[in-house]
Amino acid sequence: MIQVEKLTKSYGSYQALNEITFSVEKGEILGFLGPNGAGKTTTMRILTCFFPATSGKASIAGYDVFEEPHEVKKRIGYLPENVPLYRDMKVVDYLTFVAGIKGVRRQDLKNRVGNALEECGLSDMSHKMINELSKGYRQRVGLAQALVNEPEVLILDEPTVGLDPKQIIEIRKLIKSLAGKRTIILSTHILPEVSMTCNRVVIINKGKVVAVDTPQNLTSNIQGASRLIVKVDGPAQEVITGLQKIRGINRVNKKESSNGVSEFILDTEKGIDVRRDIAAGIVRSGWGLLELRPVEMSLEDIFIKLVTKE
Amino acid sequence: MRNFYLIAKKELNSYFSSPVAYVVITIFLVVTGYYFYNLLASFSTLSFQASTNPAIAKQQNLLNITETVVRPLFGNISMIMLLMMPLLTMRLFSEEKKSGTIELLLTYPVTDMEVIIGKFIACFVVFLLMLLLTATFPALLIFLGEPEIGPTITGYIGLILTGAAFISLGIFTSSLTENQIIAATLSFGVLILFFMMGTSVSLMGPTIGNIMVHISLIGHLEGFAKGIVDTTDIIYYFLFIILFNFLTLRVLESKKWRG
Repeated sequence: MIQVEKLTKSYGSYQALNEITFSVEKGEILGFLGPNGAGKTTTMRILTCFFPATSGKASIAGYDVFEEPHEVKKRIGYLPENVPLYRDMKVVDYLTFVAGIKGVRRQDLKNRVGNALEECGLSDMSHKMINELSKGYRQRVGLAQALVNEPEVLILDEPTVGLDPKQIIEIRKLIKSLAGKRTIILSTHILPEVSMTCNRVVIINKGKVVAVDTPQNLTSNIQGASRLIVKVDGPAQEVITGLQKIRGINRVNKKESSNGVSEFILDTEKGIDVRRDIAAGIVRSGWGLLELRPVEMSLEDIFIKLVTKE
Repeated sequence: MRNFYLIAKKELNSYFSSPVAYVVITIFLVVTGYYFYNLLASFSTLSFQASTNPAIAKQQNLLNITETVVRPLFGNISMIMLLMMPLLTMRLFSEEKKSGTIELLLTYPVTDMEVIIGKFIACFVVFLLMLLLTATFPALLIFLGEPEIGPTITGYIGLILTGAAFISLGIFTSSLTENQIIAATLSFGVLILFFMMGTSVSLMGPTIGNIMVHISLIGHLEGFAKGIVDTTDIIYYFLFIILFNFLTLRVLESKKWRG
């Protein structure tokens, strides 16, 4: 549905995007993840034909973004980051205006606007002025204007930024409910958002794609080996030598020790569960086993790891 | 066609949903009304004096209501338009740039041209309404005296063309900046220069002087106020309007190549 190939954008000597390549299948929700200034908004602005790239190719629904912007514009719904709306208009008037501009036929206008209002939970607000609405509701109006012509592709730039936790959950639910019917690209720098809503993740940093995968695969691949944390009451040096003898443990790192209690981080081989051996070994030596738990790498850790690797 | 209409309608709504249009129109009418009163009052004093003083009565053109009231009135209205029109045009693009709505607008399936013409039409409608309300002045004259209808109508045609020219320039300066004050200041500056150009002709050589007369806005308006409809003047205004709309189009397109 969306093809991006070696997209590059430079402002003078500053390279905002450096040969970005990815693609999105029909019906997929793609998470676009990166720290502030990574190039997320730039990519989205190129895809929405707001400005062109310096080089590279991008196409949406088979139409080239640079060659046939008009065809592309007809097929997308875009929610910019700061949700710019005409605040001196009523919600329903605004949506009717947008629907008209997006080429919705006159006889369908009422229906489409009604649907968008309902989908975004705005039915009660339809006759309020936009500047009277709270941030959360304005966000919904922004989403509604993106949806109103029932586009094939939705491009949402940080759709949950600045909302309260309840609103965030609602917007996420809304986005998820739109999936399947539509192809969605969603940018964010909040990781749980990605693991909750997206089928696939593109992580970018400093204008480069660092990783493309499903949230699950990302977690397990980057982890490589699994890690354990062990807290032992006993002489640190002896514990280390004892642990190193156990098969399946690659590395033992002492983290801290106080009052004879030491904490270790163990890198273990993937696929071997060494917890029983560790427990048995420690008990056999007469030390006290205070804690033994696996460390799950969160998307956060992966993100930091990927982003700081450069 | 539909996009022109939708954008124009939206812009018109926002003119009248904020106090801007009301304030500008009111002040415009108050000031032009004051001028009109002054012209009319001095004309009536003059006529009164002429009834006792035959020397004044002989100066036929002074006692011609078209010459002493209508014609100067058009000159005054055009000057007040110069002060008011930039206030109507300054927000058209600057506001969209500042609030970021331009980003959404330009990612909708509309062409830059449709956006510009839509905004132009909206502002032109507000201006026509404003000008239409000043028609009460000549209407009053027709009621009180016998002004010539011809020059009055051509005078209005001249004002309408002038207004359209002001709007195209104002939209252009508005597209340059996200600051409305700067947009208005730029159009004041350019408009005043276009007006003043005609006054410095005597200081220039004949060739340059002649060119300046033709470029100056004021020279082209005078003909209309006299009742002369010259195709040169009409072409001048159309070129002026097309030029600045074209420049606005280029400014909008420049986002495509500017870094």
